[in-house]
Amino acid sequence: MVAAAAPIGAEPPPALLAKLRLILAGVPDPEIPVLSVLDLGVVRHLRERADGTIEVGVSPTYSGCPATPVIKADIVQALTHDGFRAVTVDVLSPPWTSDWISEEGRRKLVEFGIAPPAQAVTSPRQLLQPDLAIACPRCNSTDTKKQSEFGSTPCKSLYRCESCLEPFDYFKCI
Amino acid sequence: MPHCAYVLRIADTSLILAQRLGEWVGHAPAIEEDLGLANVSLDLLGQARMLLSYAGELEGRGRSEDDLAYLREESEFLNATLVEQPNGDFGQTVVRQFLVDAWQLELYEQLLESKDPRLAEIAAKAVKETRYHLRYSAGWLVRLGDGTDESHARVQDALTRLWPLTGELFSTDEVDREIAQAGIGPAAEALLPGWSARVAAVFAEARLAAPVMSPFSWHGKQGRHSEHLGFVLAEMQSLHRAHPGATW
Repeated sequence: MVAAAAPIGAEPPPALLAKLRLILAGVPDPEIPVLSVLDLGVVRHLRERADGTIEVGVSPTYSGCPATPVIKADIVQALTHDGFRAVTVDVLSPPWTSDWISEEGRRKLVEFGIAPPAQAVTSPRQLLQPDLAIACPRCNSTDTKKQSEFGSTPCKSLYRCESCLEPFDYFKCI
Repeated sequence: MPHCAYVLRIADTSLILAQRLGEWVGHAPAIEEDLGLANVSLDLLGQARMLLSYAGELEGRGRSEDDLAYLREESEFLNATLVEQPNGDFGQTVVRQFLVDAWQLELYEQLLESKDPRLAEIAAKAVKETRYHLRYSAGWLVRLGDGTDESHARVQDALTRLWPLTGELFSTDEVDREIAQAGIGPAAEALLPGWSARVAAVFAEARLAAPVMSPFSWHGKQGRHSEHLGFVLAEMQSLHRAHPGATW
């Protein structure tokens, strides 16, 4: 599963790196398509191997997330479409954290109606503590209530706004 | 091969619990719990896949995660006996889940320090998910235990029935001893103090009484199971055995 023995490629030159990033910025997350794989922070490295193959390191958000194989296939397909030979390798460590969602990604989440993670995961133990007040992505009220710890995908909880009465998804801190 | 057996124990415990939780899909008391149990199941399955792949590499016989999940016999599964127990009602599922979540959290936290980098890496991923699982099961245990007379009686009853199966989680055998000596993982008994403190705090809040630990121990982790595992495997493995190598 983990291609530990794969040859370590080199960081691509800046022009190539910019081009690769532009392509990946157009690859959406299959479950939250408003985010690109770059916004989500799952692309951990881009390397150019000696034979010219582009290696993309991908970190799964949750270990059982069914979107992960789709993300990897979509990345290879997008790069292949633009004439590159590409492979993905799994990057498990350090584990993906919601802190890696970009500022741009957080903004897009709110526009899409999903509350972004409320805090940085500085101490892992804080995940056992009750959540901070989560702001409703529609009316911005913090008078919100958790309906369920788990939502429509592993990465989200279900909330309801007590002010505008709308239900909404909250992207969990992890 | 204590190393491989040790990884299989953790992997199988996740896999069989994932399969049990999957039985709830479409049957949970509310849509939120249907989603919740399915999400926990999915995390456990993901963890089991990483661990089974690794166990296959350690074994060195070229077996994949699927070979190990679908083509082993009952006595070759090394999961804790607790996780193969039937779901019962929602309360019993919550009790089983809580007892296992608290144990897995303790285990993964200690495995972060493992001298086996691969195991430490998997633990670092799993520990974050496990914290959410524990929050979910502990939340429900408090709501049911400190709920109505009916809900209290049901979870207290489930706890009394499942409690004797927890002894196995903390009984150190030859495999555990070798693993602990090599610095690969904690001895089973080393998980008891942290686990006990964690569950006692939640029991107090849930107004539940912890039963007395029975001196009898199960040996699922040595491949000797209760009568329930065979039925779990019959369902889990039926498609693969009828259509070997089937893929989606």
